[in-house]
Amino acid sequence: MVPYGLLFPGGAYLMVFFLLPLGLMVYTSLQSGGLFSGGFTFTWEFRNYADALTSYETQFVRSIFYSVIVTFAALLLAYPMVYWIAFYGGRWKSSLLLMILLPFFVSFVIRTLQWRFILGDNGPVLGTLKGLGLLPDEFRVLATPLAVVAGITYNFLPFTALPLYVALERIDRSLVEAAKDLYATRWQAFRKVVWPLSLPGVFAAFLLTFVPATGDYVNASLLGGPGTRMIGNIIQTKFLTENQYPEAAALSVILMVAMVILASIYARILGTEEATRAAAAA
Amino acid sequence: MSAVATEVRAEIRELPPVNPLRRRWTRFILPTYTILLILYLSSPIFVMILYGFNAVPTPPGRQAARFYGFTLDWWRNVFNIPGLPEAFKNSLIVAPVSAAVSTVLGTLFGLALGRYRFRGLTAVDFVIFLAIAVPEIVLGSSLLSMFVLAQAPLGLTTILLSHIGFSIAFVAVTVRARVQGLDRSLEEAAQDLFATPLVAFYKITLPLIAPAILAGFLLAFVLSLDDFVITNFVAGQTNTFPLWVFGAQRIGIPPQVNVMGTILFGAGLIAALANVVVHRRRG
Repeated sequence: MVPYGLLFPGGAYLMVFFLLPLGLMVYTSLQSGGLFSGGFTFTWEFRNYADALTSYETQFVRSIFYSVIVTFAALLLAYPMVYWIAFYGGRWKSSLLLMILLPFFVSFVIRTLQWRFILGDNGPVLGTLKGLGLLPDEFRVLATPLAVVAGITYNFLPFTALPLYVALERIDRSLVEAAKDLYATRWQAFRKVVWPLSLPGVFAAFLLTFVPATGDYVNASLLGGPGTRMIGNIIQTKFLTENQYPEAAALSVILMVAMVILASIYARILGTEEATRAAAAA
Repeated sequence: MSAVATEVRAEIRELPPVNPLRRRWTRFILPTYTILLILYLSSPIFVMILYGFNAVPTPPGRQAARFYGFTLDWWRNVFNIPGLPEAFKNSLIVAPVSAAVSTVLGTLFGLALGRYRFRGLTAVDFVIFLAIAVPEIVLGSSLLSMFVLAQAPLGLTTILLSHIGFSIAFVAVTVRARVQGLDRSLEEAAQDLFATPLVAFYKITLPLIAPAILAGFLLAFVLSLDDFVITNFVAGQTNTFPLWVFGAQRIGIPPQVNVMGTILFGAGLIAALANVVVHRRRG
């Protein structure tokens, strides 16, 4: 009985403020009507889904496309760094890890705004290069897909780095020694021993980066332009500016279902341990 | 004897020689890369700190690329800008309350997950995992859907309720990790010495998991203070610090935003360093 007693307060809270809202969003997504034309009524309006998918297919595809690039870029960037810290960081390990996480102590919005400033058309980087005549005047980074992808990669890098670190840090050093004693080169030891053992961390990093990155809209709205709108931008505008709750909810449900399926497959095959351990390491 | 030695020597000679020059050169690739990447990751922070001291002539205009010279004006008048004090006050109301409540709920949750095997454990585990993995926009929009259906007025209360909700899972996994690493025999020893389970928990387990509870609290505090997406959905007309910054950017970044960002960064840095020191001292 004890575990249920301990679970009860938090569990009840999560029921009401996590699971119930998800259910109610499905309910909202099947409503019809308008906020100022008599309110919304529940009519099993499945058309909302068909409309959502046909009208915003581009943004869905774009979000997934960006997010895939972001996830691979973040893995490629973070892996060598985290590998070096975990294996050769020595007594500086925790300090180095802290230095990676430090920038993320600053508000997400402020960080992204600073990038917009740094990458601005006449900002410190492009302005200087243009002044030196190294770049044409009309060259820009902002409002391009590159800016959005780079911004998301930057902002979600801790979600990639932490699971990788947790996995790499746990690898038994003597296994690498053993491989080297058997005449494996450093590269062979890495490929045959370290890399396979770090795979759980790679998959956890993939999930923890890919899922939030797909739903992001802050980077696209601060660094992007009209041609880089992601599905999150559509959901945000429909909910908060246009007050078209049912359609917005339908879009959000589609995103939720896709991500929950992905998370379930992941949890089914690999368990939830690795991903939640990374959250604990933060 | 010497035959074996000659054989071994012969074998050693056959091994490919390690080129000392090449080894020495490649050794620096990864550390250099790490340092460069850390610098890159920190670059917005350097810019933020620097431009908090920029003597821009006509505030609050766009953050000028030019550095006009050094001034402490923005530090002296950090709150002298409409909207910022209220927004910041709201953030400072929501963050501690949300962190306190979610720490209590999440700690109990983490204890249950870390110590006991029970029916439904897998399902509960999955819910926690989902709460961490689900995109924020889905959480935010679902909470808004519920508040709209319930006709609840949006404001500080809905922000607070939402923040507690998304923080519980993070506190729970932080505490669980520590509980799982605990030596159960310590508590059993206390009980052998006639401590009641409750006393054993209070005297042994609680002090041992205290660092994790504190870490969970700090994490929940920071998550709440920094949250933009979920708050954006459930705030209505109320502003928090990140929401205000997002609104203010339309006219550029007022220098005061950089100052506030620097102050919060400094506070976070001190908390993190304190955490490292405490960990070091515990060994």
